[in-house]
Amino acid sequence: MRVVVVLSGVLRPSADGAARLEVDAADGATLDAVLDQLAARHPALDRRLRDERGDLRRYVNFYLDGEECRRLDGAATRLAEGAEIQIIPSVAGG
Amino acid sequence: MTHLTLLAIGTRKGLWLATSRDDRATWRFTGPHRPVDSVYAVAIDTRRRPARLLAGFANEHFGPVVATSDDLGETWAEPDHRALAFPEGTDAAVARVWQLAPASAAEPDVVYAGTEPTALFRSEDGGWSYELVRGLWDHPHRGDWTPGGGGMALHTVLPHPTDPRRVTVAMSTGGVYRTEDGGGTWQASNTGIRAPFLPDEYPEYGQCVHKVARHPALADRLFLQNHPGVYRSDDGGASWRSIADALPSDFGFPVVVHPHRRDVVYAFPLVADLRRFPPDGNCRVYRSEDAGETWTPLAHGLPQGRFWSAVLRDAMCVDDAEPAGVYFGSRSGEVYASRDEGESWRRIAEHLPDVLCVRAATVGE
Repeated sequence: MRVVVVLSGVLRPSADGAARLEVDAADGATLDAVLDQLAARHPALDRRLRDERGDLRRYVNFYLDGEECRRLDGAATRLAEGAEIQIIPSVAGG
Repeated sequence: MTHLTLLAIGTRKGLWLATSRDDRATWRFTGPHRPVDSVYAVAIDTRRRPARLLAGFANEHFGPVVATSDDLGETWAEPDHRALAFPEGTDAAVARVWQLAPASAAEPDVVYAGTEPTALFRSEDGGWSYELVRGLWDHPHRGDWTPGGGGMALHTVLPHPTDPRRVTVAMSTGGVYRTEDGGGTWQASNTGIRAPFLPDEYPEYGQCVHKVARHPALADRLFLQNHPGVYRSDDGGASWRSIADALPSDFGFPVVVHPHRRDVVYAFPLVADLRRFPPDGNCRVYRSEDAGETWTPLAHGLPQGRFWSAVLRDAMCVDDAEPAGVYFGSRSGEVYASRDEGESWRRIAEHLPDVLCVRAATVGE
């Protein structure tokens, strides 16, 4: 299946300037698995999204077809064909 | 001959760089470099020519990274991959880098990094990629180390000036640890250092050591600013004795040794842990010229009776010029510089974010 990852502007330099990335994933792949595939292509992007344990960074939000993944199953959320993953930094800092 | 002096100022919101070509009379500033990131650690590696600047940038959203610059901050490079990270099986993640310490000239490509959570990393490629020093991470005491007010971090790394097998580190809390076998085994080295916040005030470990410094020509003598207390060791850290009697208070964060005169040491006393500003609001650096037996307040050019700020553990430094320059930054975003070893001071920056660290060095002609 194919899913689409949409990056906010601040993340695009870490993905060779891409705003939108298409990922061919196994049917029923999890968000984590999609991020693993992205990591192989764009390691600089991956370390901004996840720490070395693979945990999603606390102040980065991942919207799966509009729903933040932490309201679903987090990184273990399974994706459907054509799913859109929007990655947006959360409101944080001071 | 005109020297080029570089002063790096890490703050809670970015890095500023200042250069001087007129014996530190005037400074040209650039910055903020990476204004979103906090900069707890910066180092100027003068073993290389041109000198390499290393900075630990921590981004609230996107995590930490160590970046390097070989052109005095004009351009920066950082690895795409996680070059400073805990290995699998540790179940830990680097939150920020608290210390970057080039090793001695005997190991020209070795750089150490101290991190939060408390761990030591070692680079053998000039600070580009790092490996966890397992001997310290696997130390049986580690489960007892607890966070200090600033987090749970290894904030001080002192590679031995001539023997690469010997490294001294300090952490809050935990105290001082030393290795003499290149990092394989580590011994707690806190004998004589008080920990008034623990039931046993003189434990083997668990102290909240704030900073340790040494003169490279006198490797076995160490100076230590504790929480609370100011100490000296004459046996490489095996034992410590107080040198705080002549200070107005024994709390503080930084301790800095003169680059050339081995008996000269600087401190910035604060009233106490619950009153983190200098006595009576007097901004005063204290200098000892006899290894801590006596101390002299240095205040010429510094604000008196109206300075309700603090100087953090890495926010004071010296350069390597003659006479030595001394620098410190405050939590209120001011930077003061002395080019006469502390006799007189001038404010060279203000209205910066909280200053977390400063480093200075001669970087060229």
